[in-house]
Amino acid sequence: MSILVYIEHSEGKVKKTSLEAVAFAKALSQQTGEGDVVAVALGTVSNDELAAVGGAGATKVLHAEDSRLDAGVIQAHASAVAQAFQKEQSKTLVLAKSSLGDAVAARLAIKLDAGLVSNVVELPKTNGEYLVKRSIYTGKAFAETKVTTDHKILAIKKNAIDLKLDDSKATVESFAVNLSDSDFASKITSTERATGEVLLPEADIVVSGGRGLKGPENWGMIEDMAKILGAATGCSKPVSDIGWRPHHEHVGQTGVKVAPSLYIAIGISGAIQHLAGVNSSKCIVVINKDPEAPFFKAADYGIVGDAFEVVPKLNEALKAEL
Amino acid sequence: MKILVCITHVPDTTSKIQFTADNTKFDTTGVQFIIGPYDDYALARAVELRDQTGGKLTVLNVGEAETEPTLRKALAIGADEAIRVNSNPKDSFFVAKQIAHYAKEGGYDLILMGRESIDFNGGMVHGMVGELLNMPSFSPVMKLEVDGNLVKMAREIEGGKELLEASLPLIAGCQEPIAEWKIPNMRGIMSARTKPLNVVEVVSDETQAEATNYQLPPAKGSVKLVDKDNVEELVRLLKNEAKVL
Ligand SMILES: Cc1cc2nc3c(=O)[nH]c(=O)nc-3n(C[C@H](O)[C@H](O)[C@H](O)COP(=O)(O)OP(=O)(O)OC[C@H]3O[C@@H](n4cnc5c(N)ncnc54)[C@H](O)[C@@H]3O)c2cc1C
Ligand SMILES: Nc1ncnc2c1ncn2[C@@H]1O[C@H](COP(=O)(O)O)[C@@H](O)[C@H]1O
Repeated sequence: MSILVYIEHSEGKVKKTSLEAVAFAKALSQQTGEGDVVAVALGTVSNDELAAVGGAGATKVLHAEDSRLDAGVIQAHASAVAQAFQKEQSKTLVLAKSSLGDAVAARLAIKLDAGLVSNVVELPKTNGEYLVKRSIYTGKAFAETKVTTDHKILAIKKNAIDLKLDDSKATVESFAVNLSDSDFASKITSTERATGEVLLPEADIVVSGGRGLKGPENWGMIEDMAKILGAATGCSKPVSDIGWRPHHEHVGQTGVKVAPSLYIAIGISGAIQHLAGVNSSKCIVVINKDPEAPFFKAADYGIVGDAFEVVPKLNEALKAEL
Repeated sequence: MKILVCITHVPDTTSKIQFTADNTKFDTTGVQFIIGPYDDYALARAVELRDQTGGKLTVLNVGEAETEPTLRKALAIGADEAIRVNSNPKDSFFVAKQIAHYAKEGGYDLILMGRESIDFNGGMVHGMVGELLNMPSFSPVMKLEVDGNLVKMAREIEGGKELLEASLPLIAGCQEPIAEWKIPNMRGIMSARTKPLNVVEVVSDETQAEATNYQLPPAKGSVKLVDKDNVEELVRLLKNEAKVL
């Protein structure tokens, strides 16, 4: 028996959120005595990269090298992970929430007859009843959820656990999956993905701009700040609606939900729908010329001032310090 | 084409979230309920597709009688008929079982849902129904075109999107910019009163992961303001006090 973790990789690297899932599974196994942590990786990725998953707590990585799995074909990924779960005779599957992870987990819940809890924020209570705390109402509340099935799937939110990596190596074992044509009934014809940038949902620092920035030509200073901080860039909904910024940068209730350690909001009013996407941030900084902007009520630090004046100065100060 | 849209009945996005004294139920006092914003995108796209290809558009909700005004609103926006599965939605699995049953019975070509409900934010029901019906499921879908049997979609991924092709029947969990939210007009509101709203019973009582009690996050302390001419102070605070740099 072991706890299985579905790990994702992109551009040749295992995602940090997936490493968090492994660390979460490790802590869970220490609590429940469910044995080792085994990760399953699909598609082309190097052995060295997979062995390093040991640093987060996995003892073994099952690698299904089938290149048809390089693309995130939802049904095929679900079938492959289900086969790994059966092979390992696991009872628990852990994964990080993501665009692909969510879609795959939902199908697995049915395939594996497993109670699925998403947006998990901490280790479950497992003495007697199995109780999982998850974030609900877009971060505005938590629910304790009782899982009654023998098999369980936990889709964890970013920061559900502190990730500490060491030099341990996992053994990488190749794993033959049995996939049928129906698993590949849908075709991914092309993928457009920003490369080399810090990805918003996984970022540790996010710099976001709103309508207060007046136009797309003024985003240079936002991008400068992001570069200095190694941050991802985000924006409010109207900014992506009018096409100043790409849709995948839109943060909030109807956009990306972020959970960075630092969120810097520049020229964003702080409408409740925007706040819903950022309220899991550890620290929020607001720069806005209107002292009455609602965002200040949700902020830890703030500067009342004109962004066009404050941001360049702040960039200089950050550069000097970092 | 026969289209099914599954909609949730959820607190308005500006609602203050509160629970009753023993923290076991959502407190509905003063709360306005709406069609889930993502479900609203799904509905808007479904109305466009129905108008384009003809056929019939059905909306479905698993909920108790209080959700009927929300279903009527969906009829006013342009759905042809509504189904209410008469039960409190206990968990995602429970909801998926009901939807799968009635979706199969209705023989729909296309099933659209929201990317996620904004109360429980699971983002799971579409995938569960897909697996139950052995149909492909995609989410979050930001573009969806139907050409005969072929469906072309764009699905959002971290930092971008992927373009997909699949055949009907399929399930999609929708998000913007798939279509613009539609506001019901007077004619829609009038005709919604006489469109059929069928109440049906649950087909399974099984649950897997029910919420047992709720909590609110701890209240936020007040903001520390830094003078705009002293940005170095902000950097110092972020470094030494908040320890986030
Ligand atoms: C169902 C629903 C869902 C929604 N979902 C989302 C969502 O997911 N995300 C989202 O962001 N919004 C969402 N919205 C929209 C939301 O209600 C707000 O309209 C939006 O967040 C406002 O964007 P903004 O703050 O950029 O613009 P504005 O409200 O126009 O605010 C601009 C701010 O910039 C400040 N400003 C102006 N000039 C300067 C300057 N020179 N220097 C500094 N500050 C300046 C102003 O004081 C103001 O506070 C949703 C709305 C609805 C109804
Ligand atoms: N009670 C319900 N009735 C009808 N559809 C629902 C219900 N709950 C969820 N859905 C649909 O499933 C989608 C995803 O919901 P969830 O998995 O709860 O985030 C929603 O956007 C709806 O389209």
